[in-house]
Amino acid sequence: MSTNCKRRLIRDFKRLSTDPPGGISGSPCPDNIMLWNAVIFGPADTPFEDGTFKLLLTFDDSYPNKPPTVKFLSRMFHPNVYANGELCLDILQNRWSPTYDVAAILTSIQSLLHDPNPNSPANAEAAQLYRENMKEYVRRVKATVEESWLDPEDNIEEDEVAEAEGDGEAEMGQRMDETPNAH
Amino acid sequence: MSSDYEISDDDENYYVDDEDSDMIDGTQDEDDEDDIDMDTFGDDFKVSPKSKRKSYEIDHQSLSQTAVEELMQSDIEHICGIFGVEASTAALLLRHLSWNKERLIEKYMDNPTKVLVSAGVTVEEPPAQSAPIRSSSSTTSKRTTRSTKLLGLASGSGSKSPKAPSPPLKALKPSKSLPFICPICYDDSADLRPLALDCEHQFCSGCWTAYASSKINDEAEHTIRCMAESCALIAPDIFVNNLLVPGPGAPIGDPAEEAENAATWARFQELLVRHFVASNPNLKYCPYPSCTNTVSCPGAASKSSLITVVPTVSCGARGIGGTGQMSQSQQLGAGLAGKEHKFCFGCAIESDHRPVVCAVAKMWLKKCRDDSETANWIKSNTKECPQCQSTIEKNGGCNHMTCKKCKNDFCWVCMEHGTAWYSCNRYDEKSGADARDSQSKSRASLERYLHYYNRWANHEQSAKLSVELYAKTEKKMEDMQVTSALTWIEVQFMKKAVEEVDKCRTTLKWTYAMAYYLAKGNEKELFEDNQRDLEKAVEDLSELLESPIEPENIPTLRQKVTDKTVYVQKRNEIMLEDTATGFSDSRWKWNIDVDGFDAPEKLEN
Repeated sequence: MSTNCKRRLIRDFKRLSTDPPGGISGSPCPDNIMLWNAVIFGPADTPFEDGTFKLLLTFDDSYPNKPPTVKFLSRMFHPNVYANGELCLDILQNRWSPTYDVAAILTSIQSLLHDPNPNSPANAEAAQLYRENMKEYVRRVKATVEESWLDPEDNIEEDEVAEAEGDGEAEMGQRMDETPNAH
Repeated sequence: MSSDYEISDDDENYYVDDEDSDMIDGTQDEDDEDDIDMDTFGDDFKVSPKSKRKSYEIDHQSLSQTAVEELMQSDIEHICGIFGVEASTAALLLRHLSWNKERLIEKYMDNPTKVLVSAGVTVEEPPAQSAPIRSSSSTTSKRTTRSTKLLGLASGSGSKSPKAPSPPLKALKPSKSLPFICPICYDDSADLRPLALDCEHQFCSGCWTAYASSKINDEAEHTIRCMAESCALIAPDIFVNNLLVPGPGAPIGDPAEEAENAATWARFQELLVRHFVASNPNLKYCPYPSCTNTVSCPGAASKSSLITVVPTVSCGARGIGGTGQMSQSQQLGAGLAGKEHKFCFGCAIESDHRPVVCAVAKMWLKKCRDDSETANWIKSNTKECPQCQSTIEKNGGCNHMTCKKCKNDFCWVCMEHGTAWYSCNRYDEKSGADARDSQSKSRASLERYLHYYNRWANHEQSAKLSVELYAKTEKKMEDMQVTSALTWIEVQFMKKAVEEVDKCRTTLKWTYAMAYYLAKGNEKELFEDNQRDLEKAVEDLSELLESPIEPENIPTLRQKVTDKTVYVQKRNEIMLEDTATGFSDSRWKWNIDVDGFDAPEKLEN
């Protein structure tokens, strides 16, 4: 089974690099094919436009029978993304089909950015703003877009540090200070 | 009812009378109408005779997994006969509509294509083709397209499918020119065996098997959809069978994998049975771990019937993981570990909660679990500082309180005057009186609850300890066989007595839940009389069982225990019988709103 999984992942990678769908990119870690880094570009004409959101996809041997675990590394403000970056998406849970590949997963997430489902909120605040105060919602999303422009390396490191130290707020403050440099 | 009451009047005489051997006859004389199986003690060793049903028992039938499968099969054949479809199709249709035959027939007659599509049997056809579907000939033509196709391409093992009569070959044509690559694992080796449902989405057999196994084992899912994105077709049983159980002549695979697949297939069948049972209100799956029996109990299928009956049923199996009926000697030797799988058909309580009906039993359990009683305790045992509202428990000392937090002085008795605590003379002033009033009320309610709860918990605790009592009794029985001339069968009276005590403690436990909710009145007093008689009898028998054994006393002990056991059994029956008739005559009135019953008349409390 594990060879099946790896063959499939190589094939997914090949497909993603030869025929990439617009606005997404992804590749396995150089030393571990079961771990993928991916970037989703915020879809045009949405508050997420111009954002470069990093994700981490973790596969195990049950792929493609089971979906991978997908997590945002960039901080997100979206009704269906939890504070820790995990997301609530039907095709990654009960509606999974083994025919979905990495490209399909990333495209689905991209369209989720465009079209959130505020009825099953993972982030209650975002869902409420999305429904009731679109202006503020857009403002908060734009803030995360600017944050996402930070060097991905830095971003990942910071996230990892923040997670390891359980001191997310201090990190967040620092990141906010750095934001002007990124312009 | 009147006869029951007479008995309880006479009980005291039986107790003082040590030679109560004539007790049985005496009781029989008084109400012999429900004593059919009480004639000899020897009969009690038998599993309770099914011929005569008592009013507290309910007709039920235990079904093994195979028996349920037969029921499913007959439903499927019925549908096959009416629609002229294959068994696999009929099974999918029935599962789609939760085994509701009437609705299926109605819907199918109305629009067969729609039902077939939504059940995942056929792919949606373009509207032009679905036009002539109403003629009978189209039904038969559809039958061939719907049959499971196992498309053997490279290996040519498609002939394995037992029922597919040379399916149309159009699916084979495009793939003949191109080598098959499985779109899931991207394997393209020549020995791949591509399989597809009618939708012709082909995947290799390995991927299919892995997919079906993960659905069945990890998700407990019996609906195996086509793996293709947004394809709604569902794999028929025969297709799943072909995936998991290698047909004759198939290449010999890894034996470990084959065993695993066989287990998955068995699990799949179990899931189908569970779905069938869950869809049918007359059936309930035995909740005991690893038991696969089903109980059929049409008498308790409707919610309204649960007001009058307590449907305690038994699936017929005993012990953990036991299947089927044990022989009589096995049952006697099995001890408490081999307890019957008794459960309630009407609710989720996995034990016998007679005599109290499901709604009340559920309410009681909820009350016991809720921390509403914690709040009650706080109310009764603590007071709030009149100034800063901190909660204070007085655990000693005088009535002059000084709040630790705000240093306010107040009197514990009247909650008012401060430093002048010793002259507590404003005893009946309004606000102080109100506070005391509400406090004493909540204390009374807590005491009432605790009265019932303690007795309930006591019987539950005793029932738990019965495992120990069982072991002790077994030891005693061995000793008896050594020290006296009694044979194995002759010392079984001890075991019988322990079993009876255990059973009665369960009844007693629930009578306290019932009494807590019963409205005051004559009915409740009669109920509590019966309860008292049973409890006293059970405690007496318990004491006898615990008493030390001396060889010279064994014959008297045996006589006494045997008599008491019969008496206790009788009292238990009276308790259950009377409560059950009470429910069917709607004699019981509650002091609280109970689902399905009339609202209680407002009493002073």
